Amino acid sequence: MSETRFKALKDLPAQHLLLPGTPMCPGCGGLEVVKQVYDVLGENTVFVNAAGCLTLLATYPFTPFRGSWIYTAMASAPAGAQGIRDALDILIAKGRLPPAQNLDVVVLSGDGAAYGMGLGPTSAAIDRGLDFYYLCYDNEGYGNTGQQTSAATPAGARTATDHGPVGFAGEKKDLFSIWVAHHPPYVATITSADPVDLARKVETARGHAGPKLFIALAQCPTGWHYDPKDTVQMGRLAVATGIWPLKAYAGGRVTHTRRPKPKGERPPVEEYLRAQGRFDHLFSPTRNEEALARIQARVDAYWDAAE
Amino acid sequence: MTRTLLTGNAAAAWGARLAEADYVPAFPITPQTEIIELLAEWMQRGAMAGRIVMLESEHSMLTAAGAAAATGVRVFTATSSQGLLYAMEMLYTVAGWRVPLVLVNVSRGLAAPITLEPDHNDVLAVRDSGFLQFHCATCQEALDGVLLAYRLAEDARVRLPVMVNMDGFYLSFTREPVRLPEPEQVRRFLPPFDPETLYFRAGAPRSQGVAVLGGAQYSYFRYEAHLASLGALRVFEEAAAEFARLFGRSYAPLETFHTADAEFAFVMLGAFATKAKQAVLRLREAGWRIGLVRPRLLRPFPAQALVEALGGLRGIAVIDQNLSTGMGGVLCSEIGAALLRAGARPVVAGYVGGLGGRDIPVEEFFEMARETKAAAEAGRCPPTRLLYTEEELRQTRALQAIAMAE
Repeated sequence: MSETRFKALKDLPAQHLLLPGTPMCPGCGGLEVVKQVYDVLGENTVFVNAAGCLTLLATYPFTPFRGSWIYTAMASAPAGAQGIRDALDILIAKGRLPPAQNLDVVVLSGDGAAYGMGLGPTSAAIDRGLDFYYLCYDNEGYGNTGQQTSAATPAGARTATDHGPVGFAGEKKDLFSIWVAHHPPYVATITSADPVDLARKVETARGHAGPKLFIALAQCPTGWHYDPKDTVQMGRLAVATGIWPLKAYAGGRVTHTRRPKPKGERPPVEEYLRAQGRFDHLFSPTRNEEALARIQARVDAYWDAAE
Repeated sequence: MTRTLLTGNAAAAWGARLAEADYVPAFPITPQTEIIELLAEWMQRGAMAGRIVMLESEHSMLTAAGAAAATGVRVFTATSSQGLLYAMEMLYTVAGWRVPLVLVNVSRGLAAPITLEPDHNDVLAVRDSGFLQFHCATCQEALDGVLLAYRLAEDARVRLPVMVNMDGFYLSFTREPVRLPEPEQVRRFLPPFDPETLYFRAGAPRSQGVAVLGGAQYSYFRYEAHLASLGALRVFEEAAAEFARLFGRSYAPLETFHTADAEFAFVMLGAFATKAKQAVLRLREAGWRIGLVRPRLLRPFPAQALVEALGGLRGIAVIDQNLSTGMGGVLCSEIGAALLRAGARPVVAGYVGGLGGRDIPVEEFFEMARETKAAAEAGRCPPTRLLYTEEELRQTRALQAIAMAE
């Protein structure tokens, strides 16, 4: 990653742009990500929201944003971003908007839209080379409706629609790789538990024209069943255990921006799983050794293959 | 002003060109595609100063259209049939945003079974979306309708999107002489879009399309859109009067044909009404006092004009080129309700015909006239009749025999 103005916590913006007093759940990881990303992008932005938890950030007549916002629909926020970007470009080209009043266009999408219904429109926006930011806050389920299984739900998680003894029997979709296969200028995973890494990535993305896409771990106390005070800890554990790789794609290469300790030295994934009620059934009444081993093996295999 | 031969599609594209639309999000679908191909060609060779962008679906196309209009540019788009329904969610959404874009729908029957030829189930399926609806019967009307639609949509008293509807194939691909107005004159009729409150720009933060909590707020904004739509009738009449002054062509919310002395009338939407006109002339030769009423505006619904045109007749035959399954024709029930509420009671005979482009030959108009007259004499509204001939049934049975053959 190229050098940015953010080298340590002390370099991060001291003033936060996002105003307090939102209807989000206590400890919302998605909200924390938006707050941190917004601080780097600044208020000359228009957020184009897809249906999801954060839809309720702007509830008439209130908004926590100092900049602009539009709520579109679940599937087509990238197309909304296309319309706004094109309109701004047209207005500037025709002399009807001073270039100084231009805005950055930012799609805000949950994993339900990003991994599922909105995947086609996102793919198409990347195809068209749309100059925009795309921020997926990934809480690994349809959180706004009570955490039903989505295409982002990880193996073994119990959701409102997967109550069985193994929880969700499938695997989390690799959206990062799907996006990377389109060869956009910039793709990254982020977590609010590592604000310096997050800020550096958003800042790096600013140097690229075209689609700049982020998948943010959005720890969700309500859907994952843990104490809201542990949101930051949950993000740190996700990175330390290796289950949430922090990486970036640019210039045709994927780079890991943080590496967990080598196998055997890093904490086992079960430290992350055990901290969340959605994985309780893997530990009690009896340990599901097979499922735990499979999840650990998948994480280990990922890092064995990484770089 | 130039007079030239144009298809309905080309006429609609000329409407967008003369309106100097800034932005055209597009997606191909038969029978609409010619519109966006023409606009793409004009824009790419510099004959039109706009931008066309191919989206990946009509749902995204309408989202981009609404978002661009919400940013303050003049937006044109077009679709048909399945595409219109694919965009359904966004039709309601962008109407709720109160953005003044214009969408041409080239009507085509809906699947299943899949077909290419026209009827009005597509445009009537989105009847309640908040889009105003202007229905065309000629290529000239397709062009003029787009210009009128922008005037209506952008009027500060309206601020709703407008759908201009034409029938696929019968109008979209039929060449008719069309008068192309001069750009200077069009600019007088349709000045540059003043987006007023519709913008996104730095230094002026704005939220659009935000959620509301509670029925009172929700109802308020829904009622506002409804009242704006109702008020659009008056705005339309003002705009049409100015249009007539500048271009010499008059567009009332209803087209009436030989209704002055009529006892009976056909009521139809769209290009198939020209078939009814021919039938009216033939029936008049045979001594009938019969006419035709064709709504151009369907939303807002010109109830008062319809009551004035139809209320004093003995009987009317409403020919719906649509089918509300399990009910009958949509137009028939709307007109019946308007007459009932006005206390006017001509006998209303309902017919469903022209589905999927099925022809309505002149003999059927004669038959409908006879039945309507008989119903008026009996003082009873007959049940809705589905137009179909024994010969058509025989041919369909023959195809079924092939389909079922081993």
